[in-house]
Amino acid sequence: MKKNQFTFINLCWLVLIVFIYFLINILISLGVLNAVYQTVLVTVMINIILAISLNMIIGITGQFSLGHAGFMAIGAYSAGVALKLFSQSTGFYMGIALGMFFSGIMALIVAIPTLRLKGDYLAIATLGFGEIIRIIIQNMKVTNGAAGLVLTKVADWKIVFVFLIISILIILFFSNSAIGRACISVREDEIASETMGINTTKYKIMAFVVGAVIASIAGALYAGSFYVIKPDMFSFNKSIDILVIVVFGGMGSFTGSILSAIIIGIINTALQSFAGIRTIAYGIILVMIMIFRPKGLLGSYEFKLSKFLKGKEENQ
Amino acid sequence: MVQFFQQLINGLSLGSIYALIALGYTMVYGIIKLINFAHGDIYMIGAYVGFIISTKFNLGFFPSLIGAMIFCAILGILIETIAYKPLRNATRITALITAIGVSYFLEATTQQVMSTTPRSFPALLPAGGIKIYGVGISYQQIIMLFITVVLMLALQFVVNKTKVGRAMRAVSVDSDAAKLMGVDVNKTISFTFAIGSALAGAAGVMVGIYYNSINPLMGLIPGLKAFIAAVFGGIGIIPGAMLGGVLIGIIETLVSGYWSSLYRDAVVYVVLIVILVVKPAGLLGKNVKEKV
Repeated sequence: MKKNQFTFINLCWLVLIVFIYFLINILISLGVLNAVYQTVLVTVMINIILAISLNMIIGITGQFSLGHAGFMAIGAYSAGVALKLFSQSTGFYMGIALGMFFSGIMALIVAIPTLRLKGDYLAIATLGFGEIIRIIIQNMKVTNGAAGLVLTKVADWKIVFVFLIISILIILFFSNSAIGRACISVREDEIASETMGINTTKYKIMAFVVGAVIASIAGALYAGSFYVIKPDMFSFNKSIDILVIVVFGGMGSFTGSILSAIIIGIINTALQSFAGIRTIAYGIILVMIMIFRPKGLLGSYEFKLSKFLKGKEENQ
Repeated sequence: MVQFFQQLINGLSLGSIYALIALGYTMVYGIIKLINFAHGDIYMIGAYVGFIISTKFNLGFFPSLIGAMIFCAILGILIETIAYKPLRNATRITALITAIGVSYFLEATTQQVMSTTPRSFPALLPAGGIKIYGVGISYQQIIMLFITVVLMLALQFVVNKTKVGRAMRAVSVDSDAAKLMGVDVNKTISFTFAIGSALAGAAGVMVGIYYNSINPLMGLIPGLKAFIAAVFGGIGIIPGAMLGGVLIGIIETLVSGYWSSLYRDAVVYVVLIVILVVKPAGLLGKNVKEKV
């Protein structure tokens, strides 16, 4: 049976997205969102893409990856090099496609040996791979080594917004499909799901590759929005930053990831002038969340428009 | 050939530092199955404590070393009590994220207190060295190796011959059973953190002297490499950490000596992944079958 995608609820979502788009547009034309806030907006949107893609690997499939920044780097550098070689926007879109392709391949190479490992061993192995990717980029000619690339800005917030929506849709479709349910069963109990006939390796690899591909989109958008990319930006610390967003929002909740990316973005902007204290606070917050609320802000709660519109009736 | 032995000596002294840090990782992992990500930062703090003692109080090498070790031991116990103890029964991932948080906190606090600029460490050990058949070995390296060996022997003695050591071994095999036999598990875990952190502190001071420069992020990469060393030798196994540390140090110097120092780190990560995939239990580890 094929589900009809043009339901009332989905239409409401569409209206909501268009509404947000025009709201931002109006705020910008009124001058409420100045250039600084627009930068924050783009950063937050890119962080949302990174967080939901990592959340799909960690929260849905239960595979702990600490190498996400590596895939972001692949995306950023593919877009950066393509931007250098070809004309502005064609180069950019080609770069996104190339980045998706390369990070997909790389994710496969990473996934096949390492996803046999479990828990913290997997975390360390992916960390190693992420760093290897960064070191390779740092030593390549075409990426201009440690100095990085200086680029022209090609992506404004509208392009980032469109890609954000596309990424969210891809990830939601993936997680709510049969594949996604298989991934959840792997997270809950790998041995049990294997006994039920689920090819656990296959689903783990699929989730990992899709997550990596989406992360590379975020990297490309970053390259297109922020003029400069350097290998240092995609170190292990970047992976931790993304992880903090996911953990803060609640592993397994995409709503949580989106919300926490926005909250952390606001906190970062507010504490701009206290950069040192901000990092100290990061550490303390991370430890506190783990001790007092290990499931994050929202746990595994998802915001559903259907429930919101119909109130309690839906729950019956 | 001379060059090869020279690299070997340099690798050995670097490796002995990794081994000291790796010991802390492996003991903590052995006892509470936690990858203590903050361990590399304890090593960094050790270097800073040594720096403060030697510059502000004008004391020599041994007071700096012992001061750093004591400070780090206390810090280790504090971190364990505040951050890790409430999570004794949490999942490993929760504990790992907490450790990352602690690591962030330590780095950022040091950056705030001591500023981000690198400090030059005073030369506490005599310069110069000796040559054996053309292979140079500095007095610093000799003293470092000597202290490392002494600390390791002391550790072996504590773990294998004392009551506390027996408690540590008992808790690492089965903490519930150890508790039933009257072992104070919490105290034993605190003690393990104290010893591991003290060793890391000693390593910090010696690296400060060896490289003559310290900064708040210096713990990150050596911390990772020491962890790799611990995994390499078989995590949870004390002689494994020593062996792994020395091997990683030698691999690293050989790669930068014969190939390119740019790929030094990458090769170490490749070694890690190969080990994890081929023999996850490490060089000295036994493969344990998973029970369902």
